[in-house]
Amino acid sequence: MVENLVKKFGSITAVDDVSFEVEEGAIFGFLGPNGAGKTTTINILCTLLSPTSGKAYINRYDCDRESAEVRRAIGIVFQDSSLDKDLTARENLMFHAYLYRVDKTERKERIEDALRFVDLTDRADDLVKKFSGGMKRRLEVARGLIHRPKVLFLDEPTLGLDPQSRTNLWEFITTLPKLHRVTIFMTTHYMEEAEVCDKIAIIDKGKIIASGTPADLKKIVGGDVIYLKTSNNEEAMKDIRKLFDMEVSEKDGEIFLSALKGDACIPALIREVGERVLSVRMQRPTLNDVFLKLTGKEIREQNGTGLDNIKAMVRSYRRRHDRD
Amino acid sequence: MIETNAVYVIVAREFKKFIREKSRLISTLARPLLWLFLIGGGMSRLVPAGENVSYIQFIFPGILGMTILFSSIFSSISIIWDKEFGFMKEILVAPVSRFSVVVGKATSGMVLSTFQAVIVLCLFPFIGLRLDPLQIVGVILVSAILSFALASFGILLASFYESYESFSVIMNFIVMPMFFLSGAMYPVKLLPEVLKLVSKLNPLTYGVDALKNIVFPYETGRMSADFSLFTDLAVILTLSLVFVLIAGKAFERKQ
Repeated sequence: MVENLVKKFGSITAVDDVSFEVEEGAIFGFLGPNGAGKTTTINILCTLLSPTSGKAYINRYDCDRESAEVRRAIGIVFQDSSLDKDLTARENLMFHAYLYRVDKTERKERIEDALRFVDLTDRADDLVKKFSGGMKRRLEVARGLIHRPKVLFLDEPTLGLDPQSRTNLWEFITTLPKLHRVTIFMTTHYMEEAEVCDKIAIIDKGKIIASGTPADLKKIVGGDVIYLKTSNNEEAMKDIRKLFDMEVSEKDGEIFLSALKGDACIPALIREVGERVLSVRMQRPTLNDVFLKLTGKEIREQNGTGLDNIKAMVRSYRRRHDRD
Repeated sequence: MIETNAVYVIVAREFKKFIREKSRLISTLARPLLWLFLIGGGMSRLVPAGENVSYIQFIFPGILGMTILFSSIFSSISIIWDKEFGFMKEILVAPVSRFSVVVGKATSGMVLSTFQAVIVLCLFPFIGLRLDPLQIVGVILVSAILSFALASFGILLASFYESYESFSVIMNFIVMPMFFLSGAMYPVKLLPEVLKLVSKLNPLTYGVDALKNIVFPYETGRMSADFSLFTDLAVILTLSLVFVLIAGKAFERKQ
């Protein structure tokens, strides 16, 4: 739970009066373009930074003042890998277990469980530097869960992964809340990834500009869009206007209209427009459309500052070469 | 205040990595060998021996000090690597105090450096030195305290630097002068006044001097130790404590 959080670096306000609340066992998505203040917020929540003003609580502990309790309650997967590449997978987990005082009797078992869970048992004694990007991420998630945290933070968990590892990782992440009774707090700038979240907050320039369930947010855009190709567009449009009292327009030989519940609307439409229909397609609004509507810009087509670009380049370079 | 689990696991990690990296082990041991036998062997032709001590024997405590200096600082500087490659974050978000992390790092520096110093110590018969068991224990103890002090000093340095480009700056402007002005290669008492003063401010001087006191206790004159063993031990013990506390404070800074 976060109240009126503000973080300033000199004259730059990275996080500007942010408030939100996450329920236990939920997957919460923190969405926004690069540099929106997502990572800064995470760093405050996981006690690496002190807020300039405002309060943040995890499990009812104050992140700034009761950092020891907060740290025990959280697990984190950082944006950049924080594994020791010169240790084996098992040694990385062992290090973590000692650091978090996992009981001696349980240590071995939890590590084996974690390795099995992320499907790395047969690579457990290989050095991490030989792992692929996806394997490293999975290992990091496993590590974050070793001490049974209440909240797991995932900062851009799929950044730099190929599409297949990305899908696998998502399937895996969505099983976590049930299996481990953990609340997930994740950030991403891939809108389509946020669809799996129970609740989303969209952040831009340090401010939360919208929050709610993915379905709620899509209503901001105004529902689904149905496209129809007919043998006589003029007539079809006239009929639809008359019968349904809806706004219809034509573009590139197709007529289109927006409806709150597109799938329920299509049968009725076809019944009325009848044999003239040649094809029907429907488009659901994406979170990208939501962001577009709210800010007037695409989330991914933004020009970062020169420094951001260099950072991104270095990051992707490292990711690529880490695998060798 | 100090969490033993954290100290233990940090030391275990460093030790494991050290053992695994054969090349690092070989290169840290090659340096003292080169200095001792090539420089020491050559210079002893030029430098007249003391009462009971030849030049190559005279620099032996200094070479032990050098081994400890390089390996302690190197071990601490690895904090910069950890920051650069992200592993430090794993440690910083863990429920352990910053001070425990610093003590853990300083202890790993101590363990690794003492381990290497012991290997170099095994060379003493080859340069004609005779040491009784008590002297050997003394050398090991002093090595341990000195490495703890220097490792803490290294952590303090590392807390000011973010990237590993600074490594060569530290090596050239701090570590090498510390070595040359520690009385390792030439007695402090023979240095010009200015350098003598700088030497007296150098923590390594007292470590090397303590080793000299232990390795050739009966030597007087040019090649003898410069301070009393008591002074040496008092200085390095105090510095260990001071450095580890300041390093702890420097590490606790939160933005």
